[in-house]
Amino acid sequence: MENSYKSKTGIIGYGASIPHMRIKVEEIARVWGKDGLRASSGLGIKEKAVACIDEDSATFAVESSRIAIESSGIDPSKIGAIYVGSESKPYAVKPTASIVVDAVSATPHMTAADFEFACKAGTAAIQTCMGMVASKMIEYGLAVGSDTAQGKPSDALEYSAGGGAAAYIIGPAEQSIAIINDTYSFTTDTPDFWRRQHAEFPEHAGRFTAEPAYFRHVISAAKGLLEKTGTTVEDYDYAVFHQPNGKFPLRAAKILGFPESKISQGLLTPMIGNTYSAASMIGLASVLDVAKPGSRILCVSYGSGAGSDAFSITVTDKILEKNRRPLESVMTLAKKDVEYIDYAIYAKHRRKIKSL
Amino acid sequence: MKRSLPLLWRRINERYNLVGSICQTCNTPYFPSRKICPKCRRKGKLISQKMPNEGKIFTFTQVHAAPAGFEHETPYFMAIIQLKNDVKVLAQLVDSPVEKVKIGANAKMVFRKIYEDNHEGAIAYGYKFKIV
Repeated sequence: MENSYKSKTGIIGYGASIPHMRIKVEEIARVWGKDGLRASSGLGIKEKAVACIDEDSATFAVESSRIAIESSGIDPSKIGAIYVGSESKPYAVKPTASIVVDAVSATPHMTAADFEFACKAGTAAIQTCMGMVASKMIEYGLAVGSDTAQGKPSDALEYSAGGGAAAYIIGPAEQSIAIINDTYSFTTDTPDFWRRQHAEFPEHAGRFTAEPAYFRHVISAAKGLLEKTGTTVEDYDYAVFHQPNGKFPLRAAKILGFPESKISQGLLTPMIGNTYSAASMIGLASVLDVAKPGSRILCVSYGSGAGSDAFSITVTDKILEKNRRPLESVMTLAKKDVEYIDYAIYAKHRRKIKSL
Repeated sequence: MKRSLPLLWRRINERYNLVGSICQTCNTPYFPSRKICPKCRRKGKLISQKMPNEGKIFTFTQVHAAPAGFEHETPYFMAIIQLKNDVKVLAQLVDSPVEKVKIGANAKMVFRKIYEDNHEGAIAYGYKFKIV
């Protein structure tokens, strides 16, 4: 069956948002009586980005969307669909997407919804927009991955769960700074990580989250896409993998045969932690910040539960046009004006103190 | 504290996108929006207008005793921002270290949570500014 979306759509604009506060993994380890250096090197994460008390996945989604629209140069009223993927919605019932709709002035003649698929909800939103643009249901779609990731105090997740967002305007290939050549997904029922209704923090299955979950899905989706597109690892200049920690993506790259030099530009987790729905999308944004026309990018997300979306992307000449990249690169956002906080300030901002 | 939901809703355009008004007769912008132009009176014709989202610090103060709902954010800066069209806006400053908060410093609008009615109530989002 031929895919109607194939090569017809691409990225028109993109943007990322990363909070300015950081907490070092060593500081978290200090509070829980663990060896900080060991915790940090074990995860491959030095520090993580922390959302302020007045930030949440909706504010990150809006900030990244505004940057994406600015870099796309399109009139926001032409956006026909906005989908926000997140697992840390400010409201259990009431869409984050409708907040974004008004905040980017895309209201009201369009459709919007929130997506949930653990850490791959944002890439599922990209796929949905691709289908809608290719079928001409809409002219442009906005897909966002945004999270203020939760981690139970002292749990392994607390060392890695960061915050941030990335947004992509998906539109016709001929206007794109990067064409999405094809996409391929791999999905199974794998209970490796979840958060039950009304539960405050997610639960996970420890080591089970690795082989049968992350690696099985990421590797299968990547191999499936390579096979479907008739490409090999050598055809790609960059690869971005979902990054729950700093080590998993490195191992996934090694299994597939990608050298570290091809994934370092899109590996942000060591600096900002695991931004869940935003993780692979921020990584892709970082690659687009430096990619040249003709560069090929393989991007593979992973969402617990479980599934992976893989994308084959080719950068076009349009990326060199004026203002088609955001003013500040992802690497700048990750490093500029960073404020380091201790665990007590972190606990206040993340409302881990009972009275908050 | 329970706040007015219709008020929150009515101010979405103003708070999300700095939408004020401009008099088409004398070209004067206003924020918040006005129904009547004080300069042109009955000759004035006001329409909605988005304000520029950048400006400079006109003046500022540091708040140590905050009103209800902002207690956990102290100490924080409140500033009057002179926008690029000369309209002045009062707003909270965020992500801005003390040494950067100065009169004349460039500031840009950011989208933040303003307040929420406890953990079960509605959340009010809107503009704050940060030094750039």
